Amino acid sequence: MDAIFIIEQLLNGLGYGFMLFLLAAGLTLVFGIMDTMNLAHGSLFMAGAYIAARVHESSGSFVGAVLIAILATVLIAAVIEILIIRRLYSRDHLAQVLATFGVILLADDAVKAIWGPSPIMAPTPPALAGPVQLLDALPYPSYRLLMIAAGLLVAIGLYLLVNHTRVGMLVRAGASNRAMAEFMGVRVGRVFSFVFALGAALAALAGALMGPISAVQIGMGEAILIPALVVIVIGGIGSVRGAFVAALIVGLVDTAGRAFLPPLLRAVLPPSLAADLGPAMAGIAMYVLMAVILTLKPAGLFPARA
Amino acid sequence: MNASASLPTSAPAARRGGGFGAVLPWLLLALLAAFPLIAPHFELEYYVGFVRRLLIVMIAATSLNFILGYGGMVALGHAGFLGVGAYTVVALVDAGFSSAWLAWGAALVVTAAFATLIGAVSLRTRGVYFIMITLAFAQMLYYLGVSLRTYGGDDGYGIYTPLSLGGWLDAQPNAFYWAVLALAALIFALGSRLAVSRFGLALMGIRDNETRMAALGFPVFRLRLVAFAGAGAVAGLAGALLASHNGFVSPSMMHWTESAILIVMVVIGGMGNRWGGVIGVGLWLTLEEVLKMYTEYWHWPLGLLLIAIVFFAPRGLAALFGSKGERA
Amino acid sequence: MSLFQAQGLVKRFGGLVATDNVSIAVEPGEIHALIGPNGAGKSTLVNLISGLLPLDAGRLELDGVDLTALPPHQRVRAGLSRCFQVTSVFKGDSVRSNLLLAAQAHAGSSFRFLSRRAGEQTLMETALGLAEKVGLSDVLDRTAGTLPHGVQRKLDVALALAARPKLLLLDEPMAGMGPEDSLQMVALIEKLRAEAAILLIEHDMDAVFQLADRISVLVYGKVLTSGDAEHVKGHPEVQAVYLGTEATA
Repeated sequence: MDAIFIIEQLLNGLGYGFMLFLLAAGLTLVFGIMDTMNLAHGSLFMAGAYIAARVHESSGSFVGAVLIAILATVLIAAVIEILIIRRLYSRDHLAQVLATFGVILLADDAVKAIWGPSPIMAPTPPALAGPVQLLDALPYPSYRLLMIAAGLLVAIGLYLLVNHTRVGMLVRAGASNRAMAEFMGVRVGRVFSFVFALGAALAALAGALMGPISAVQIGMGEAILIPALVVIVIGGIGSVRGAFVAALIVGLVDTAGRAFLPPLLRAVLPPSLAADLGPAMAGIAMYVLMAVILTLKPAGLFPARA
Repeated sequence: MNASASLPTSAPAARRGGGFGAVLPWLLLALLAAFPLIAPHFELEYYVGFVRRLLIVMIAATSLNFILGYGGMVALGHAGFLGVGAYTVVALVDAGFSSAWLAWGAALVVTAAFATLIGAVSLRTRGVYFIMITLAFAQMLYYLGVSLRTYGGDDGYGIYTPLSLGGWLDAQPNAFYWAVLALAALIFALGSRLAVSRFGLALMGIRDNETRMAALGFPVFRLRLVAFAGAGAVAGLAGALLASHNGFVSPSMMHWTESAILIVMVVIGGMGNRWGGVIGVGLWLTLEEVLKMYTEYWHWPLGLLLIAIVFFAPRGLAALFGSKGERA
Repeated sequence: MSLFQAQGLVKRFGGLVATDNVSIAVEPGEIHALIGPNGAGKSTLVNLISGLLPLDAGRLELDGVDLTALPPHQRVRAGLSRCFQVTSVFKGDSVRSNLLLAAQAHAGSSFRFLSRRAGEQTLMETALGLAEKVGLSDVLDRTAGTLPHGVQRKLDVALALAARPKLLLLDEPMAGMGPEDSLQMVALIEKLRAEAAILLIEHDMDAVFQLADRISVLVYGKVLTSGDAEHVKGHPEVQAVYLGTEATA
């Protein structure tokens, strides 16, 4: 395990973290402003991945595929919001979890019907298929660099949006204290539709970007939903800044855990025990992190709620 | 379905089910007991195994209903306890033990211990944090299962020799079925009793108004913990039975989606109603079985059913049939 | 030796000192009223005493028992009981069920799993007794949430009585009540004098002057002054605080 490997893994962790951020940002704002748990958010991620993969394959244009995936997913999200999510704002969390779990079931079968039960290929755009020489001894896949770059751009964009625009101010007000914001005349419903659409777009972007480096399959939404939920709980519900910091931490901890823990354990434990414990500890690393942070800061790192 | 606002209230009419409601469980028990004997005459032998699985999952669902419906605790990690029970059986089988009763009893005890520890930590949180922490613990158990190479890890562990129920019972082809039925009936009876006991009523009080309960002098944390540990233990028993039923155990039984589906079944059946687990499991698994025969897109009707229940029948199907539940 | 003693209570919320070195005592058989303008910190004080809020500093003692480190339910066991300003009953249950639950907390362990509570005669009798004391005997089978506001407040007080407390904390028992309900509540509190020492938080000045043996005035988290009705009515600073405010609720 040398320095190059470590840097590589850290960069991977950063990339994964940025993708988690794209997902978590939308999730945390929905939860923060409308106090609504939306498990179907993962399904939007899946939609983005599938649509982008297919469009890219048939059209050859990666950028076009990503844009179409985002657009289509936002439309799908609008339909889901009107038909189902809208009726959940006044309900308790359990009802929200159950209804959106129902949407997950519907989405999984819809995907199966349209694209079949087997995972599909999301091709890496040829222009980004090769490595970039970061250092003399460190070639790094240029596609993964794109992911990091995209994530960074979105983060900057969101920061500017939330902190330096009027819309952003309304969003922050809504996340901090919805009742009060409504009292002050903020059209919280409108703000919310905007946030929901934005969240869907980001989820779709994450799906489209992650497609080429992971498996595009039914159930990928549920798989990434849990880390996203962990991120927003750690970061503080309703806080985009919290989601950003938490996503990067979780991304790094998770990736580093999977990469570094097994060799570390092998160095100190007998091989069979290390082989057993390695993957387990790597997998639970992010949950332990969540438990520790909640013990110290029960409302997360940057709670948005007043 | 705000856990308290929509639940059965106390009224003298609680016994409205009256004569039929009291007889129904016995009727059902008799029918189920006779089923393996009747089935061959209608060429339904395959379904004896299916009903057996139904009964086992009903045990798990009833235990979840106790903390979810009566206790108001949205625990998204209950399937983890099923796994602990199942893997306790695996550990004993691997070590050479072959008594079913020993294995099932051990599963109960071991899972109770796990549930007590997990509950002691989780029950200090509320709301979405409680949901996330219980989920986290279940995921930890899942990864633990995946990592246990000696017990098959991700591939799972096969139990090739069925556990022994003891002597002459092993010679009976339906002995395991009747053992499962007896346990399910016991758990159902226990659940019914708890609902009208001091403990159950206190738990419901905590669900409805926790602050007042503390102000009345109730040891809220301890009451919840005992309920959580007890429910976990029963889920562990169900997991052990499942291990024997399938002859196979794999970590996937602890995946969070399994916990979610358990909640779904309890809610569809009717939270806080003693029939909730029975109806919910019966309906969901039967529908699943039937739908699978006709289409590979069986998630659709189930997803729609779930959404329909959330919007149109939040108190679950038990409430639709006029079963008002028990509150003295 | 006072029955109840709160010494040097302090509570801060960030930079705000909600409770500023408050000391208050209640003698056996006494009704000690706590008054003050809105925002004075009366609710915070009640929550500190009952244990819903942790103290930053100070000490609480009831009948020789140090309550300071005890969680709410153990303070109840030590003889402290409270009612709530915002009615806190079990709205979905019958009045009878409400009272049975309260009675259950003080008649043995709640860790009984197999026997039907409905079969416990003594518990039933306790619940009926509570209902009679407070005047709820004719609504026993009504669902608590459907009762008129004044009746619900009576239930709120009845629940607090189940603990047979040494000190009863009444947090604005007359909140939101009309004149007739208020009169009944005053009569009830007067009746309770024989059973428990009472710390009464109220805005209704008529009731306060009628019932209270001693009155403490809380302003900006501090006790401004303490004494009988004459003393308080004549105190210049108290008059200044209430200047322009009608003395009745």
